[in-house]
Amino acid sequence: MSLLEVRDLHVWFDLPGGDELHAVQGVSFSLERGERLGLVGESGCGKTTTILALMGLLPPSASVSGQVLLDDEDILAGGEESLRPHRWTDIAMVFQGAMNALNPVRRVGSQIVEPMELHDVASGDAARKHAGELLEMVGIPAARLDHFPHEFSGGMRQRAAMAMALACNPKVLLADEPTTALDVMVQAQLLELLVGLTKDLGLSLILVTHDLPVVAQVCDRAAVMYAGEIVEAGPMESLFHEPRHPYTRLLFAATPDLLGEEEVVSIPGSPPRLDRPLVGCPFRPRCDRAFERCVAERPILKTIDAGHQAACHLNDIPARPTVGATP
Amino acid sequence: MSINLSTPTAAAEVPDIRRTRGGFLWQVIKDRPSAAVGAGILLLFIAISLLAPYIEPFGLRTQVGPVFCRPSAKHLLGCDDGGIDMVSLLIQGGRISLAVGFAATLVAVIIGGGVGILAGYFGGATDIVLMRITDYFLVIPDVPLMIILAALLGPSVRNIILVIGILLWTQPARIIRAQVKSVRERVYVKRARSLGASNTRIILKHVLPQIAPLLIANTVITIAIAIFDETALDFLGLGDPSAISWGTILEHAFVRTAISSGAWWAVIPEGVCVTVVIMGCYLLGQAVEDALNPRLKVAHLSVRRFRMRPLGALGAALGGARP
Amino acid sequence: MSAVVPATAAGTGWAAGGTPLLEVTDLVTRYPIHRGIVGALRRHPKLTVHAVEGVSFSVAKGEMLALVGESGCGKTTTAQTVLRLVDPVSGSIRFQGQDISALQPRALRPLRRRMQMIYQDPYESLDPRFRVRQTIEEPMLIHGVGGSKQDRRSLIASALARAGLTPPELYVDRYPHELSGGQRQRVAIAASLVLDPELLVADEPVSMLDVSVRAGVLSLLDELRSQGGLGILMITHDLSTAAHFADRIAVMYLGRIVEQGPAKEVVRNPQHPYTRALLSVVPKRDPRDRSRSQILKGETPNPVHVPSGCRFHPRCPVAERRCTVDDPSLHRPREARVDGHEAACLLV
Repeated sequence: MSLLEVRDLHVWFDLPGGDELHAVQGVSFSLERGERLGLVGESGCGKTTTILALMGLLPPSASVSGQVLLDDEDILAGGEESLRPHRWTDIAMVFQGAMNALNPVRRVGSQIVEPMELHDVASGDAARKHAGELLEMVGIPAARLDHFPHEFSGGMRQRAAMAMALACNPKVLLADEPTTALDVMVQAQLLELLVGLTKDLGLSLILVTHDLPVVAQVCDRAAVMYAGEIVEAGPMESLFHEPRHPYTRLLFAATPDLLGEEEVVSIPGSPPRLDRPLVGCPFRPRCDRAFERCVAERPILKTIDAGHQAACHLNDIPARPTVGATP
Repeated sequence: MSINLSTPTAAAEVPDIRRTRGGFLWQVIKDRPSAAVGAGILLLFIAISLLAPYIEPFGLRTQVGPVFCRPSAKHLLGCDDGGIDMVSLLIQGGRISLAVGFAATLVAVIIGGGVGILAGYFGGATDIVLMRITDYFLVIPDVPLMIILAALLGPSVRNIILVIGILLWTQPARIIRAQVKSVRERVYVKRARSLGASNTRIILKHVLPQIAPLLIANTVITIAIAIFDETALDFLGLGDPSAISWGTILEHAFVRTAISSGAWWAVIPEGVCVTVVIMGCYLLGQAVEDALNPRLKVAHLSVRRFRMRPLGALGAALGGARP
Repeated sequence: MSAVVPATAAGTGWAAGGTPLLEVTDLVTRYPIHRGIVGALRRHPKLTVHAVEGVSFSVAKGEMLALVGESGCGKTTTAQTVLRLVDPVSGSIRFQGQDISALQPRALRPLRRRMQMIYQDPYESLDPRFRVRQTIEEPMLIHGVGGSKQDRRSLIASALARAGLTPPELYVDRYPHELSGGQRQRVAIAASLVLDPELLVADEPVSMLDVSVRAGVLSLLDELRSQGGLGILMITHDLSTAAHFADRIAVMYLGRIVEQGPAKEVVRNPQHPYTRALLSVVPKRDPRDRSRSQILKGETPNPVHVPSGCRFHPRCPVAERRCTVDDPSLHRPREARVDGHEAACLLV
């Protein structure tokens, strides 16, 4: 039984003028205990919306359907009512630009204590002691509990935000682009911290990012999203060495490797609009291997082999070599 | 596999040209009923004032009825202390009231806008000096100063316009300065500077269009204040006694015992006119200001939450072949 | 330090040993930190940000130099100083042999045509009220070139074509919000090209673009360099991008260049401990490649308080006693394999 299982998640946003934006189109994945899963994609693919849905942090203009099973209990079934008890205590999130999300006029310590008190996890001195422990765990001396955010550097504030997320001992940590605005050295420090935390605390992690190398180094498995759906999911090694969806392959090919000699490519065109119904494969206009079937029939996410799934018609063609391994 | 790196971007994804510059003001008026109401009121009063000579039912200097005669079919709002038809007076009064309001606002916006743009764009010493001057003007109580100036300069329409203008420019100055300061830091302005564009060019082509909507909103609200100030000054007897404005009508009514005579029709209508015009200005101005404010993302504070959709409703929402 | 000769054949304009397009020598730029009246009365010390502290490099015609480093290293300030958007404290900036470091604004104006900047944020660098046509026409109007309206129109069209936006007619009347990030960046590049510049300074030109469109824009810059003979100074924090697209890399730390040389060499045979650490923490694409990363402790110190001796010594994994005293300058390391590879470290 997986720790977290998402089944057929859909999210629509109301648009002015009566239309709807179908931001997440039937996303399903599972997360095991202690696992680090990457959710990868470019802007507009729906990855952030997906994890916001897991937390129930969507605006009133959103409507959601699907199931989110946490320890076999569907916490999405009752909407906000059923999600709220689990927010922060079971699933917590570190937001994009979290370093700027700290309240500048409150001391860092009190901001870490706050969720503990709000969710009845601890209060008073016990909470403060735990906050100190959390800071130490993220690599900040506990003495800095009484400092204000502006006294911290960018990297330290990001760590403080992580400490806040861990305040109520969650089982799942969602991290949305946690290192995007940071220097590569600070990023390395933070990623090392994240990996350490998942191992020491038995925490499960969903890392949302557009940065493939980060996912390659940190995560065990990843799901690649495009146009609101998962187009390929599987162990990191399979995704890189045996991609089964052209987008995955091209995405890796578009990412320069430090020492590699291969030409870095770009993918022409741009993602489809999600406020209109999609016909056929959403990636077809930009795909270098599209054929007739891709025009009218939308591919379904199918299992290729152990733990590796892809949504591409090319995989149905028998006795065909792999879609094209990354050179 | 190689992809042509200079591939011209596919024509398919370039969106259709949309007319977006239909006029910001027009857009606001279409979107918000309050703006439409406000604009409507203003246009109505402006039209009445412009057409005054043609629509006044009676003369303004000749007695056409008994003193303080009551409203009747002939004189819809009765007559004033001199037997002059109130409706005609009101229509004529609007001319001066609105004209002074607009003119004073023009003075205020030109001075204030100029100060704001210079202070905001050039910063440094210019900013400090100009803002100190602005602060001095802000600190002075408006009405006493206006009274003193008007008394000193003498009663004339031109002086009233100057007096009001000199006191009202501080508001636009501060608001414009703040806006210009932020526009100045935009990357496209820095780019224009690095291209070698002159300050004049940048201010005229990049800064002014960006602050124009805010300037409009501020101008409209300043008109409201100007009209109010003008009415107040006239009411206090500091305006040109021979000019007919809503303020002087009110002043005459008070001085000439309209209230003790119970002639409410000589007192209330002009007040209502002033109020309605000011309200119209505020409705329009506020609507424009609201439209300009960055939309705060307060969704998380709303009581309403995201909605759940029952699982069966999916079929219609998806396109293409899906089991 | 004198100009360095590129070892690879990439830099085409240098062959006969003519003057480099851009030659910067011992550049120093500092920012004062305001104390305010209270600070002055309380005799707070006057603090300065030592943004650029003696930087020397050159860019040849047809060459791309990547200035690489983390935030606070001074790379952006260096670029701004080169373009004279900021005034240097000392040092020389030679553009086509002419020293522009002390020129007055008047005299700088004609230079603005020849040196152009591409900004990081494609969503902010175009005036949202200008159509593409107006954005590209503006530089011509500012400098009074381009001839008649007709002539300008065709120059706009050819600039758009050069930037990869074809057919031009499809783009000239658009507003920026109707274009994608990659298209906007190309418009910005087209607007720079229309004056036929000799030097382009690109400040993180692709960091705000989606991964799938980055290579397109970078290859465009590469084409402009190789076919158009432009010199390009690219500021970036992304070492992988620099390794792939630049001819030479200069690594900056706390206001100084600590290592520079041909791009592939610096990346494969790094000599300075900082470069080595930096390269080791760049995440690799291949999940199987979990090479050891050398994560440094702490963060880059504030450029206000620069450490004594070698400015990297507090964080250096191999620092020795003498590193706290002696300030190294760029020299050819013992283990350098090609000409033009230099590092500023006492130990190499």
